[in-house]
Amino acid sequence: MFRWIVIVLLAIGVIGTGVWGYQEHQEKNAILVQAENNYQRSFHDLTYHIDLLHDKLGTTLAMNTKEQLSPQLIEIWRLTSEAQTDVGQLPLALLPFNKTEEFLANIGDFTYRTAVRDLENEPLTDKEVETLESLYEKSGDIEKELRKVQHMVLEENLRWMDVQVALATNDQQADNTIVDGFETVEETVKGYTEGNFGPSLTGTSKENHDYQFINGKEITEQQALEKVRELFDIDENTDITITKTGEGAKVPTYSGSYHTDDKSGYIDISTKGGHPLSLMVNREVSEPKISLFEGMEKANDYLSKLDFKNMEMFESSQYDNVGVYNFVYTEDDIRIYPDSVQVKVALDNGEILGLSSRDYFRNHQERNISEPTLTEEEAKDKVNPNVEIQEQSLAVVEDDLGEEVLAYRFLGTLGQDTYQIFIDANKGIEVQVEKLKVAENKYE
Amino acid sequence: MNFKKFLMLTILTVFTMTGITATHSPKPVEGFSQQVIQHGAVGEDVIELQARLQYLGFYNGKIDGVFGWGTYWALRNFQYEFGLDIDGLAGATTKQKLVNASQYDKAFIREQLNAGNEFTYYGGTPKEQQVKRNTQNQGQNQAQQQQNQAQNEDTSPQPTAVNVPAGFSQNDIDLMANAVHGEARGEPHEGKVAVAAVILNRVESPTFPNTVSGVIFEPRAFTAVADGQIWLTPDDSARRAVLDALNGWDPTGEALYYFNPDTATSGWIWTRPQIKKIGKHIFCM
Repeated sequence: MFRWIVIVLLAIGVIGTGVWGYQEHQEKNAILVQAENNYQRSFHDLTYHIDLLHDKLGTTLAMNTKEQLSPQLIEIWRLTSEAQTDVGQLPLALLPFNKTEEFLANIGDFTYRTAVRDLENEPLTDKEVETLESLYEKSGDIEKELRKVQHMVLEENLRWMDVQVALATNDQQADNTIVDGFETVEETVKGYTEGNFGPSLTGTSKENHDYQFINGKEITEQQALEKVRELFDIDENTDITITKTGEGAKVPTYSGSYHTDDKSGYIDISTKGGHPLSLMVNREVSEPKISLFEGMEKANDYLSKLDFKNMEMFESSQYDNVGVYNFVYTEDDIRIYPDSVQVKVALDNGEILGLSSRDYFRNHQERNISEPTLTEEEAKDKVNPNVEIQEQSLAVVEDDLGEEVLAYRFLGTLGQDTYQIFIDANKGIEVQVEKLKVAENKYE
Repeated sequence: MNFKKFLMLTILTVFTMTGITATHSPKPVEGFSQQVIQHGAVGEDVIELQARLQYLGFYNGKIDGVFGWGTYWALRNFQYEFGLDIDGLAGATTKQKLVNASQYDKAFIREQLNAGNEFTYYGGTPKEQQVKRNTQNQGQNQAQQQQNQAQNEDTSPQPTAVNVPAGFSQNDIDLMANAVHGEARGEPHEGKVAVAAVILNRVESPTFPNTVSGVIFEPRAFTAVADGQIWLTPDDSARRAVLDALNGWDPTGEALYYFNPDTATSGWIWTRPQIKKIGKHIFCM
């Protein structure tokens, strides 16, 4: 009797484990399939978008009027963005696929530039039409290669999960059709990207401005150490580690750091002239004892001590117990927004916890600001009449293409929201329209 | 099995994250404190400022304790109407004028803020008519409220909103904090800021997805995402590092990649031009 009970119980146990195991197995498979489906979706989206992109580029060549051309170029711009997103969803991170991504980005930049321009006054130049033609041709090649891969994937039921495994095991000999296919696509693009966009397109990147205001003599490591000690304001008893950047750095710097029990600091100073580019001090900050306003005065003093001249604060925010201040350089009361510096102040004792001046040094230069051709009133007329303008001033800002333009800055309200609107002071076009940030409710 | 673990972790993370609420310790203040209140400030003084401005009809926004643009314009209009210097700063004179011209019912405001009610505070209208009760979790809130009142009659009202860097939400910050914690746990502060900065540099870069989540979830981009470590609960230091990065700090010098030289399995990563080493990670272009 007892034996039977044991046997029955064991049998139930075995069957139960089996059922459970099977369910687990099913679940695992379901997840795998789902992941695979995501990859498949992205991949097929990508080929579809490239197809469309190719077609649209083709039609632009046949178009002439601005009314048609601009929306079409915008559409292409949107498609490149979609295609880039699709690439980002695929497990290609370790596969050299940058050239193709860059190619897509370049099409995007080119079409956007031409789309936002008033094509009535400035129609496409011969050179630009040529670029469009070659883009059309090249996107055709990519389309063809991608379609080949797509066909193989569908025909032979290839799985992206296998690509992931192949890349993960990092087996150089891995014979994977999809990987091979994408490498072919990359090869196709490689021959093209070099120099085909002409100088007009290289001017779009923000990194163009080249730290021209970093001047002075190269400093030695010993000098750097002294400078770092002075900037951190710490004595000889604390050890500071100094390292120099490698070949990849855009601007060569010495980095200094120290770590004590309750505090640590990290700083970058340029090897040329020893200018501070970034400074961070980390410690626990207790309850605020000084106001955001007093913190600003500390930040102001700090900047003048470091010899940043004519800086004006334009944004301050309190995050828990620290204040973060955004300063811009001003010239004849004109705010130069690209030359910005951020300062972080502890609101418990007013200590400076951070300085970030990369933007300042990257963009700062001697400028020749000419008189605007539009008056303030004329510029105001260009603003959406529903916006109630509260403040206005002149400013230098970067437009979408990274070029500096002189603009009228209008601060206005519409309903509960505040907008910052920049109107080009010479051409009268909207350079930038931005809804200013609002506080976000806490989730309780 | 792995999936279940992952699910548990996710649930745990969600619970702990929702559990985090503001923990400013209360401090008793009579009326405004001495400080000059300026744009961007957060705290009880701002609540009082907003309440008084609303009492006089200048401020129509929510009383939430964060000095935003709405408060700024309201304050300037008040300064204009009362013949003061129009500077958008609440200094001694402005505060005195405000105190003379308006009333501030601290207990009422605290009660509404604590209960999460939608309410306004215009002068001349009975207060009771200006409250729209938060019915969703009223029972719980009332209990909490009574507890609050029983505990301390003098607690300060707490802000119900926070500043966030332009273009980002608290969710973005949390997501990034998760990634930073998973990737750079145990690194020094600058090492954490550096990882957060790389995520942001990738968002800016033409060769990577254009959103924070796109960059983080790009398959095989971050090991912490691949092995589920991203769902560990981040500590406060990860969050602070993310805020630094969002506010403009980048110790990496615009790096797009980083790797741990001891564990890197890809030969390709070594071919990238290196910028510097922070903590255990080498950062490169």
